[in-house]
Amino acid sequence: MNPPAEAPTNPPSPRATSGAKSAGFARIVWRGLRRDRYAMAGLVVIAVLFAVSWLAPVLANNRPIVMRWDDRIIFPAVAELIPLRYVLKYPGVTSLDFDVLKHDAGVALVMPPVPFSAVSTELDHRLQEPDHTHLLGTDELGRDVLARLLHGAGISLKVGLVATGISLLIGLLVGAVAGYYGGGVDMVLSRLIEIVICFPFLFLILAVIAFLPPSIYNIMIVIGITRWTDIARYTRGEFMRLKAREFTEAARALGVNDRTIIFRHILPNSLAPVLVTATFGVANAILIEAALSFLGLGTQPPTPSWGGLLASAREQDFAWWLTTFPGFAIFVSVTAYNLLGEGLRDASDPRIAYGSKN
Amino acid sequence: MLHYTLRRLLYLIPTLLGITIVTFVVVSLAPGDPVELINRGQMDARISPESYRQMLHLYGLDDPVHVRYLVWLKRLATLDFGRSFLDQRPVIEKILERLPATLALNAASLVISLVFAVPLGLYAAVRQHSKLDKLGGTALYLLYSLPEFWVALLLIMLFGVKLKLLPFHGMQSLDAEDLGFFGYWWDRLLHMVLPTFCLTYGSLAFLSRFVRGSSLEVIRQDYIRTARAKGLDEKRIVYQHVFRNTMIPVLTLLGLLLPTLVSGSIILESIFSWPGIGNLFFTAVLARDYPVVMGLSFVTAVLILLSTLVADLLYAWADPRVTYR
Repeated sequence: MNPPAEAPTNPPSPRATSGAKSAGFARIVWRGLRRDRYAMAGLVVIAVLFAVSWLAPVLANNRPIVMRWDDRIIFPAVAELIPLRYVLKYPGVTSLDFDVLKHDAGVALVMPPVPFSAVSTELDHRLQEPDHTHLLGTDELGRDVLARLLHGAGISLKVGLVATGISLLIGLLVGAVAGYYGGGVDMVLSRLIEIVICFPFLFLILAVIAFLPPSIYNIMIVIGITRWTDIARYTRGEFMRLKAREFTEAARALGVNDRTIIFRHILPNSLAPVLVTATFGVANAILIEAALSFLGLGTQPPTPSWGGLLASAREQDFAWWLTTFPGFAIFVSVTAYNLLGEGLRDASDPRIAYGSKN
Repeated sequence: MLHYTLRRLLYLIPTLLGITIVTFVVVSLAPGDPVELINRGQMDARISPESYRQMLHLYGLDDPVHVRYLVWLKRLATLDFGRSFLDQRPVIEKILERLPATLALNAASLVISLVFAVPLGLYAAVRQHSKLDKLGGTALYLLYSLPEFWVALLLIMLFGVKLKLLPFHGMQSLDAEDLGFFGYWWDRLLHMVLPTFCLTYGSLAFLSRFVRGSSLEVIRQDYIRTARAKGLDEKRIVYQHVFRNTMIPVLTLLGLLLPTLVSGSIILESIFSWPGIGNLFFTAVLARDYPVVMGLSFVTAVLILLSTLVADLLYAWADPRVTYR
């Protein structure tokens, strides 16, 4: 699991470098990461997931990608890609009945690889096992499972990233202030961290979620404001270590104010372990969103989400295609982030990277 | 050591107060008024404004926030968490009633994962870089990443629905009382298989990786080299020197795991309809049964706080190298 360490004769000490040199550290980490097959696999999977979540309207849609209409070439599915929605507007296209047009032999069109949208229901094709038309089967309303999986990827990634962004913000701030100032401030903030840690995983989240109107934004916020403690603890540790270093002392001697020291001098140097934690945090947030949607408190139907698909599996007598595929999607994306996190940790930890540990 | 213990106990006070404040604030910020909810389930959902006010007063819900907090705090001190809005029974009674189910499940899981994880991790560390270590590492890693609710559904689908081998609903069959002594306990055991498995595989994987990492640290120590140098046989080194020192951080981790014995898994208990603490919390949250939500949050948070203290003290006691500052 660890990258083979080709110990350089004179190991640089990356964390001690000042802000100007941190690009060098990034390169060291990237070199270590590139040697780690598992981490690279994780990175590739994450890239694919991002691509899928962005391209979902073109990959799975009941509207054609290209069609000739009224002597014009139009791209109804492409127009749904978020940044393009405003560029490629066709008057009257929304009123077209593509389902009828599809079966019209005279109309030339190219359908997406999965010719179903995430929400279009076919009530006479309910709960179908995977076959040629529905590659991963259909759910209880006759919606194509593959289409819902592809469209659900976006929700999962969005929750993972935004929630982690929020917890990064809180965690960095709390950790930085606690670590930098120490003393009474640290005492108070450390108790705060301790208090949040004391509530079991999901207890706090559920208690808050249940009282809020269910929406994906509330989920992001609640996960964000309850999962920042790890980040805060790592940041605090790094700040306590770095504030005693010469470069901090030099900055202080030059009369640089606290804010600049914290954000310009110490923060860039303490980011490595924090980003590792944040990567695991994304995996965690994806998992929590899936769990909440599974419990019926997360993403609400008809919006497709992986956890929601699993919940419908439970109601439909554990139909194997509904049980297997969404769970696998959750598993793969969580594992991808975890592998990337492990790789980052190994690559950014000089003790491991230069072969003294493991 | 005494000084350290006292200081840690002193730190407990602000954290404890903080826990009560968080619990209280989260619940009081919640929209939706319990009196309304109580009446929603009844025949005549519309009550007169007068009786509505009377009920608010009955529950003390018309007092200002800080008064309600202090009243609640005073009752907490006597372990009185109030009565459930749902069935008017004391919260503590409801919690104690659900405790055995969660305890049974989590104790079984903890014992099983320990019994397997310690030898597995130790073996992997001693044979580091061997094929088995690498293979086991990858397998355990994948196992650790498997979402428990997915595994639970897959196992139910396979063993419960398709093969009809194992029950997956509750703690016992409906006719359990008529099965005789052995039949009764056999039935209960069967009901425990799937939930216990789902609860265990993750912590097993995590624990064995932890044990492996911890023994790798120990193996690199000078005293192990000394033991080797003076010609001790490998078995003795592993059992007496590596194992015992490996167990120090494991002991700490165990201290931290103790509260999971009682907090229960919300997701798994809800999937398997297991009548435990997690399930109680989940239904209480859905029903906005404030006293139960508050009581349970408080109890588990306090237990976790105490167990971190116990873990730290255990660590300080077991490892004389730790300095108490």
